[in-house]
Amino acid sequence: MDSLVTTYSRPAFEDEGYSSDEQQELIQAKPSLSLKFALPPMRNPSAFLRALTDDHANPNCPIKLAHGTTTLAFRFQGGIIVATDSRASAGDWIASQTVKKVIEINNCLLGTMAGGAADCQYWLAYLGMQCRLHELRHKRRISVAAASKILSNLVYSYKGMGLSMGTMCAGVTPQEGPALYYIDSEGTRLAGNLFCVGSGQTFAYGVLDAEYHYNLTEEEALELGSRSILAATHRDAFSGGFINLYHVKEDGWVKHGFRDTNPIFWKTKLEKGEFSNVTANL
Amino acid sequence: MASLFSSNPTLASNPSYLFSQAPHNLAAGNKEHGFYPYTDNGGSTLGITGNDFAIIAGDTRSTSGYSINTRYSPKVFRIGGDDETGEGAHIILSVVGYAADGTALKERLNAIVKMYKYQHGKKMTVKACAQRLATILYGKRFFPYYVTAILGGLDEDGKGALYSYDPVGSYEREQCRAAGAAASLIMPFLDNQVNFKNQYLPGTGVGHDLQARQTEPLPLHEVEQLVRDAFTSATERHIEVGDGLQMFVVTKGGIEEKYFPLKRD
Repeated sequence: MDSLVTTYSRPAFEDEGYSSDEQQELIQAKPSLSLKFALPPMRNPSAFLRALTDDHANPNCPIKLAHGTTTLAFRFQGGIIVATDSRASAGDWIASQTVKKVIEINNCLLGTMAGGAADCQYWLAYLGMQCRLHELRHKRRISVAAASKILSNLVYSYKGMGLSMGTMCAGVTPQEGPALYYIDSEGTRLAGNLFCVGSGQTFAYGVLDAEYHYNLTEEEALELGSRSILAATHRDAFSGGFINLYHVKEDGWVKHGFRDTNPIFWKTKLEKGEFSNVTANL
Repeated sequence: MASLFSSNPTLASNPSYLFSQAPHNLAAGNKEHGFYPYTDNGGSTLGITGNDFAIIAGDTRSTSGYSINTRYSPKVFRIGGDDETGEGAHIILSVVGYAADGTALKERLNAIVKMYKYQHGKKMTVKACAQRLATILYGKRFFPYYVTAILGGLDEDGKGALYSYDPVGSYEREQCRAAGAAASLIMPFLDNQVNFKNQYLPGTGVGHDLQARQTEPLPLHEVEQLVRDAFTSATERHIEVGDGLQMFVVTKGGIEEKYFPLKRD
């Protein structure tokens, strides 16, 4: 009942008081200096930000942002496989082991998250909003090419400001079929069959390149995605936690679990005899 | 990513909170003043959820460098209350890091949650509030709030909800989270005692056959004791934690505030 009333009526007091724009002005102590983002009052804001947050240039920086990842996505005859780990680290500290690095933009578009966690979360949510607006304006779903270009143009406009993101957009549309794009905060935008992104990318590429071919069955493809992430979590200290697996098909994406790496590792070792460098003896 | 993401108070390293404020003398005799808008005010916060409640707690010490500013400076706040006492609030927020930024953030979120209620004629859900807080933090992406925030309340189904943030707004819903100076001391304890990480059922086998203990929602009184243990222990081993423990418990009956003294040395 409550929801019915809110759907078909407007609150009587909606027009009273301040409009949302006026509220924004009231809430903000002073008007923002550039677009809607607050900037420090100085000549070179990006250098200021780098000094405070960039842990490569300055390991003792006071504000540690979440980083580090392995993500991969590849195209095959049955659609696209997207797989990620789930660790977020801030310097040496493991900030979280349960991060959702696959972002569901809508029911047939997925984005992956590598680099700054907040940058990816915020801008992929923004992309989701733009995709929905495109759908409403044009009465059809946005192509993956167009969606990825919205994102790449956006991050390019902030180039040099310190954004850090390496993301992949995967989706299936009637006009393109399964499509995969890589976009990063430098402004790169590439279409391709296979990408690995993040600190563990080399380890994932090692497994993926060796076993990949376009005609994999669905089962083989899911196993390969999972196995590549496993390799990366094993050799890259900044990757770990859980393996997040998705399969993008013609009628949308399907989630194939968020599974702990540790039991998968021991299963892979003991049942398949891989990872023979590790001893299983107590 | 995700939240989370308290700065790492590395146990052995130099105190990273000491910002040299001294102006540099240049050769020409000109003075150059650096712009150091942040101070770390220390302290720690912690949140745990259960089936029908959420708890957020924080110690009440405020420090800068090695000196204690005050022994009672709250880090946990009611959000969306009807008046300045916070009566009628349904969401709690904790902020740890730079206290001035924390206060500014709290004031801003509080104003937004109230405006929402006046405009829409209903209370803001915790889910909506969590998303809004993320956009507020990200709005200062290029001049961040130096805080790690934790937001708590009850979700639409009446279950305990807890969201943790990094300084620029990446966030995640979790069962438990510790933030601030003693996060690295408290978080492993929570992993073990709340999520039963690395706990195995005795007698289920040897080595790889051991069965992991399954998680189960903890009752309120147990969680409260966990929080108190976490803070007394952190007080023993971290110089920036102590003085008092402030605890907010959200249940369907409302928000209850509790205070327990901690060691003041």
